[in-house]
Amino acid sequence: MSFLELSDLRKTYGNVVALENFNLSVEKGEFISLLGPSGCGKTTTLQMIAGFTEPTSGRIVLGGRDLVSMPPAKRGLGIVFQSYALFPHLTAAENVAFGLEMRGIDRASREERVREALAMVGLKGYEDRYPRRMSGGQQQRVAVARALVIRPEILLLDEPLSNLDAKMREEMQSELLSIQRRLGTTTILVTHDQQEAMALSNRVVVMSKGRIEQIATPVEAYNNPASSFVASFLGKTNTLSGEIRGGTLVVGEFRAAVSGADGPVAVTLRPEKMRFDSTGLRGTVTARVFQGNCWSYQVQTAQGEVLVLRQNDGQPLPVEGDAVFLSWSPADMGLRREGLSHG
Amino acid sequence: MAEGRNPVAVASLLLPATLLFIAVLVIPLIMTVLLSFYSWGQYTGIVEDFTAENWIEVFTDPYFGEIFLRTLRISFLATLLAALFGAPEAYILKRMNPRWRGLFMLVILGPLLMSVVARTLGWALLFGGNNGVANQFLMGIGLIDAPLPFMFTETGVVIALAHVMMPFMVLSVWASLQRLDPQVENAARSLGASQFTVVRRVLLPQIMPGILSGSIIVFALSASAFATPAIIGGRRLKVASTLAYDEFLNTLDWPLGAAVAVLLLIGIVLIIVASNALVERRYAEVFR
Repeated sequence: MSFLELSDLRKTYGNVVALENFNLSVEKGEFISLLGPSGCGKTTTLQMIAGFTEPTSGRIVLGGRDLVSMPPAKRGLGIVFQSYALFPHLTAAENVAFGLEMRGIDRASREERVREALAMVGLKGYEDRYPRRMSGGQQQRVAVARALVIRPEILLLDEPLSNLDAKMREEMQSELLSIQRRLGTTTILVTHDQQEAMALSNRVVVMSKGRIEQIATPVEAYNNPASSFVASFLGKTNTLSGEIRGGTLVVGEFRAAVSGADGPVAVTLRPEKMRFDSTGLRGTVTARVFQGNCWSYQVQTAQGEVLVLRQNDGQPLPVEGDAVFLSWSPADMGLRREGLSHG
Repeated sequence: MAEGRNPVAVASLLLPATLLFIAVLVIPLIMTVLLSFYSWGQYTGIVEDFTAENWIEVFTDPYFGEIFLRTLRISFLATLLAALFGAPEAYILKRMNPRWRGLFMLVILGPLLMSVVARTLGWALLFGGNNGVANQFLMGIGLIDAPLPFMFTETGVVIALAHVMMPFMVLSVWASLQRLDPQVENAARSLGASQFTVVRRVLLPQIMPGILSGSIIVFALSASAFATPAIIGGRRLKVASTLAYDEFLNTLDWPLGAAVAVLLLIGIVLIIVASNALVERRYAEVFR
């Protein structure tokens, strides 16, 4: 049995199903991301693990203990909230010490552990600051220290980085990751940011409309999306319509040998896997945007608009208005028969 | 003054309000202060001289001291009662299902739509005599054996005042509850705090500014309240405001009444300024 076992979780609000058929096993020390758009049920799941929401049915078992019947105060989980939820009337050190106080830990070792925790998140010297006097990033660090100082069995992160600016976010990501690796705390992150989920987690749980779409490592999910939803949510994806005729895939002027029965198929392709070639799918460059490390192209084809990403590696590249041919390696594409209607 | 503003325009925009303020507040106030230094005689009436005898009388006659002390005591107890009931009331209201919240908000704030006199007369009906509804109820549930005197007692005035002032306390605490991050309570619970600890260590400190500012409002209004102590307290149980009223309209000793009124005003202003400074210093670091 795994460290944390969520089985057949279901949550309904009146007639609205917020979550169903949720099954997930988390190993000790794993970093798991619940990833999906808003309303996909990821926050509901986190709330149920934390104990703030009761599941309609299903079980949550942590290290052999049933969590569902346990009040949040007894679960011993560390939680970092989206709003940080620091106690505004307490200093940084008092905030961090709160959980230790509740556990009846004596003053001396409490102070020692608070100092350690604040130093760990890089807030040495901020002990006596009130949250109002700290930046968003600093408040975030206090929240992380407060959650980790109680040595929780699981660390729950509820969109913790969404209120930070891009630069801070990247910095906090790598710091979170190094802290998590060092402490080995089993961590569950809820996020709508696919880049964040892929950067941080061992496995991602992609969710949509209250259901799990795929549980896989980030690389697996990105390269072999289990559904068209996953393909479009994790990074950008081009979907082209093609046909298999006698072992040959035909997409416009593009030809490739494939195995499979004859008939129409949907071809999914990542923008960075497509290249400009001398033969292949014919198109015209309608726009290109410089993004520093790469160029992002919009190419109009008979199949519709196609997005192409090319490395800025000094090679000559087409400009707006150029007629181009698009090709790709058959190994990089996904073929789906049912996917046609999803576009 | 900000740069580029036309001082003439600023002055002329400020003028109407300033004139009104001077006309209806500053001048009457100065006149009242001056009045308190005039002398008064049974046969001479008000004499426009300058004497401190009213002030000496107010400060030396224990009759006045007792009344001012009673005013202070009643206002303080009414404030305490309003805070004790008003703060939990606001919290319950906040946690309430939105469907019911509107209705109960109306129930709490509704009395503000009614005249204080009407509300206080309602209390007089409840309190009135040994067979009053309040006493019959308390004896009926076995809480007391003999009827309690409510009318013309401080207890009665405090209860009625606390009720009359309750909406101000609820509104003030409500405002500070609105600023609360709802996740903070969850954070405390996840760290191992019991519900009681959450209220005591997390909730109460955060709404304390609201309770204190509500208390300042309730105290000031209670100390200067007239209708409630006049009806429930009657002529026997005087407070500063009813005392000033009696001096003006019954004894016709306007200068003495003015001295009482000015002293009441000074007392209230001092207490408010002091407690406000206290609140601001105590919570400046925490709440901007």
